[in-house]
Amino acid sequence: MWSWVGHRITGVGIFFFLLVHVLDTSLVRVSPEAYDAVIGAYKHPIMIMGEIGLVGAIVFHAFNGLRIILVDFWKQGTRYHRQMLWAVMALWFVTMVAFSIRHLMLFFDGWEGF
Amino acid sequence: MTAANSEAVLPAKGIEAPRSGRIDPKYLRSNPSSGSFEMVAWVFMRVSGAALVVLIFVHLFTNLLVGEGIHQIDFAFVAGKWANPVWQFWDLTMLWLAMLHGTNGMRTIINDYAEKDSTRLWLKSILYLATTVIIILGTLVIFTFEPCLVDDAGNLMDYAPAFCENIAN
Ligand code: HEM
Ligand code: HEM
Repeated sequence: MWSWVGHRITGVGIFFFLLVHVLDTSLVRVSPEAYDAVIGAYKHPIMIMGEIGLVGAIVFHAFNGLRIILVDFWKQGTRYHRQMLWAVMALWFVTMVAFSIRHLMLFFDGWEGF
Repeated sequence: MTAANSEAVLPAKGIEAPRSGRIDPKYLRSNPSSGSFEMVAWVFMRVSGAALVVLIFVHLFTNLLVGEGIHQIDFAFVAGKWANPVWQFWDLTMLWLAMLHGTNGMRTIINDYAEKDSTRLWLKSILYLATTVIIILGTLVIFTFEPCLVDDAGNLMDYAPAFCENIAN
């Protein structure tokens, strides 16, 4: 039940991000200055945390989505759906630890301060 | 199968399939045509979802986890990627699949929560309008993108990516 709520909330969140993301990418057609200025915002520490949140949402939606697909199409899917939910959580955790470390390290490497 | 045992496969005369003819059509749960659309949508959500895992994970990997990560992203970075038709095609597929998958998901959610017919109609109209605008805009951006911008005198701009040197004069 809560996994369904989580799937729904992350789906909506990613959808609204994508609307904004296509708009910000379209600034490459306005001018390089406009694009660089807006993309510069993605390099602020607050946005770095936001990116970790966004990737967390995508990774959960993706892994849980694969679980839904397995439940629907794999003969044993319904029997193992609980175990698969644990696998989703474990994989999510491992992926997010690795991603967060890498993302933060790259961020601090290139950071020029406030 | 021969005519001999046709009685065995056909429903006995006088017994109708559940919820057929006798029931007033307004009490039927769905009409057959919208039923097949929902079936296609259901399959599409699963097929596009599986493809999006690969498309999005690679997108995040190339843009955030290799090279200088988030700091490398600027005009020249995008120019460098879209100089390669593989990445153009990659982004195009990702754009269309993610938008259609997301829009169909949002349609389901609107159907679940908006109870008034007029509210549902409004929300879905806004949703489909936004989707159309974003898909067209995103597609045009990929294909009309000009990486090697020059100034009035015809010299390459500073932020042009390195490969422009070979083409421009
Ligand atoms: C913080 C995370 C993200 C960053 C930094 C990022 C960065 C970028 C960049 C630099 C581009 C330009 C072209 C390219 O590099 O291929 C781009 C395009 C694109 N991104 Fe992302 N992206 C992120 C997350 C996402 C996610 C989660 C999605 C999918 C839901 C996505 C979907 C797209 C699409 C569809 C395009 C093409 C846009 C167009 O057609 O104009 N991105 N992104
Ligand atoms: C990363 C790969 C993805 C996978 C494996 C995936 C998988 C799924 C699956 C299996 C469903 C359930 C469909 C149903 O119940 O009929 C779903 C629903 C949904 N997805 Fe995705 N999806 C992915 C990416 C995305 C993206 C990029 C967006 C946003 C643009 C998105 C937004 C939604 C929404 C809004 C729903 C509806 C949720 C609901 O009805 O509760 N998904 N997804």
